[in-house]
Amino acid sequence: MKKHNIKQLKEIANTLRQDVIKMLAEAGSGHLAGALGMADIFSALYFNVLKHNPKKPKWPLRDRLCLSCGHIVPIRYAAMARSGCFPVAKLMSLRKLGSPLQGHPSYLDMPALEYSSGPLGQGVSVSVGMALAAKINKQKHFVYCITSDGEHNEGQTWEAIMTAAKYKLDNLIFILDRNNIQIDGETEKIMPLEPLKAKYQAFNWSVLEIDGNDMKQVLTALNKAKKIKGKPKVILAHTVPGKGVSFMENKWEWHGKAPNKDEADKALLELQKAL
Amino acid sequence: MTKKNKNLKLKIKNSEYKSCRDGFGEAILELGKKNKKAVVVSADLAESTRCLEFSKKYPNRFFEVGVAEQNMAGVAAGLALEGFIPFICSFAVFSPGRNWEQIRVSVCYNNANVKLVSSHAGLNVGEDGATHQALEDIAIMRVLPNMIVIAPCDYLETKKAVMSAAKIKGPVYIRYGREKAPVISTKSKFQIGKANIMRQGKDITIIACGSMVYEALLAAEELAKQKIQAEVINCHTIKPIDKAIIIKSAKKTKRVITIEEHQVNGGLGSAVAEVLSQNYPAPMKIMGMPDKFGESGTAKQLLDKYNLNSEGIIYAIKKFKTTLHSAF
Repeated sequence: MKKHNIKQLKEIANTLRQDVIKMLAEAGSGHLAGALGMADIFSALYFNVLKHNPKKPKWPLRDRLCLSCGHIVPIRYAAMARSGCFPVAKLMSLRKLGSPLQGHPSYLDMPALEYSSGPLGQGVSVSVGMALAAKINKQKHFVYCITSDGEHNEGQTWEAIMTAAKYKLDNLIFILDRNNIQIDGETEKIMPLEPLKAKYQAFNWSVLEIDGNDMKQVLTALNKAKKIKGKPKVILAHTVPGKGVSFMENKWEWHGKAPNKDEADKALLELQKAL
Repeated sequence: MTKKNKNLKLKIKNSEYKSCRDGFGEAILELGKKNKKAVVVSADLAESTRCLEFSKKYPNRFFEVGVAEQNMAGVAAGLALEGFIPFICSFAVFSPGRNWEQIRVSVCYNNANVKLVSSHAGLNVGEDGATHQALEDIAIMRVLPNMIVIAPCDYLETKKAVMSAAKIKGPVYIRYGREKAPVISTKSKFQIGKANIMRQGKDITIIACGSMVYEALLAAEELAKQKIQAEVINCHTIKPIDKAIIIKSAKKTKRVITIEEHQVNGGLGSAVAEVLSQNYPAPMKIMGMPDKFGESGTAKQLLDKYNLNSEGIIYAIKKFKTTLHSAF
């Protein structure tokens, strides 16, 4: 894949946000805020950082991109379609009967997803297994795993974090979407996670902390993380849930909701103006 | 009664007493040698589950995740998706007891090639008490799409089950008890999904799995002296269940008893009832744990208490005879 520059990546992120608004409005359900917040990171991954071949989803040398917090998968579908994995028109089949674009990632319907996910905490463990496999096979690719802050309520997440540190999986890079919201409200009210950075450091991980909506910081961190040896790495990416649509930003009510037609039109107009 | 069925007790007395877990330990070593893709993920029970030798011989293919069964299932799924054949080893109360949803999504929904091998299933962990007596595991594994469920009857059948499981692609659950038991499957062929008739009979069918196959054989020998010819089926594979053999036997004997070291709800008995009720309805008696938790005691005391022995089978069959309209 051709590596796009920062200006192009920002434009792509805007397009992905528009795709997600349209997809969720059409589906009538889905998780919006987290998907919008992660648009910049997905743009950076699919259009600059990842070693992948959209036409060959099982190319052995590819980087493995894993989405443990499966509920934000619409942003991944958008990035996949825009990078050529499947036709953009297919995005509108999200959550519909017979579509491979299942409400949560379904591996057997779409092998490029690497694994099925949705129930929180599970994907992080599977990613650890994939990174271990790459170590045994002496393969050079990276395993990227996108995880959410709410997912760190799950005990299994910490079991996986300990295992990655034990086996010094420096081919494993977590991207932690720190957007401070979960279904029922603010993460620090539901179940305080702070100090999250210190927790990861105490678990023998290398931590990079960034503004996950700043494209330059995203690219710098992703490239830097690849070079750190001897430890698993986490990019603590502070993102704004609902990013790009003023009336959705930082509103936890938009975590698990789809826009109606009027809300979608208003949101699309705002995103188009920003281009 | 055929000649070869004679003097079973004597034969058993002379046969070796070995544990299923030792069968697994030997099989996984053999597999490690034969297949470089075979790996083991353990949750702090390597010695008890008999994968310790594998860990010493193949340290690069052995992963110890600590007391973390959920993570164990997930890590195994990741290894499987990258082409390995991971065996996850624990006690049945913990795996699949503790990690059912991980097995559902990370393993079964991905159709990941993970083999779950669980020891210490059933009542025979005895003294440890109810918390450690896995009596629900067959039920919770049997409901999962893509999952195969096997309860081998002895050491040798465990070995065969492990080797067969490695040859097929997809999730397999193998469960057995802790105790040593007579090796009775020396002459039977093993094929996943194909039950074995251990003894021919015309009066009643006893379908058993795991440790109860031996008890069923003892009961059948005793019954033969009383002119009741019982057919004994070793139904080692509970899913997919061997419908043909069950229906054929029920057609011949007209009545069926099942027995397992498991709750009466959801296990082998339920699986047999699903087959018969929809194909050839026949009177049935399901023997197992009667919807109760166990307690501390020796394995023998507990199995005796819940009639999970040859005497219990004989008693149930005699009662069966008197309560049903058709006589022997």
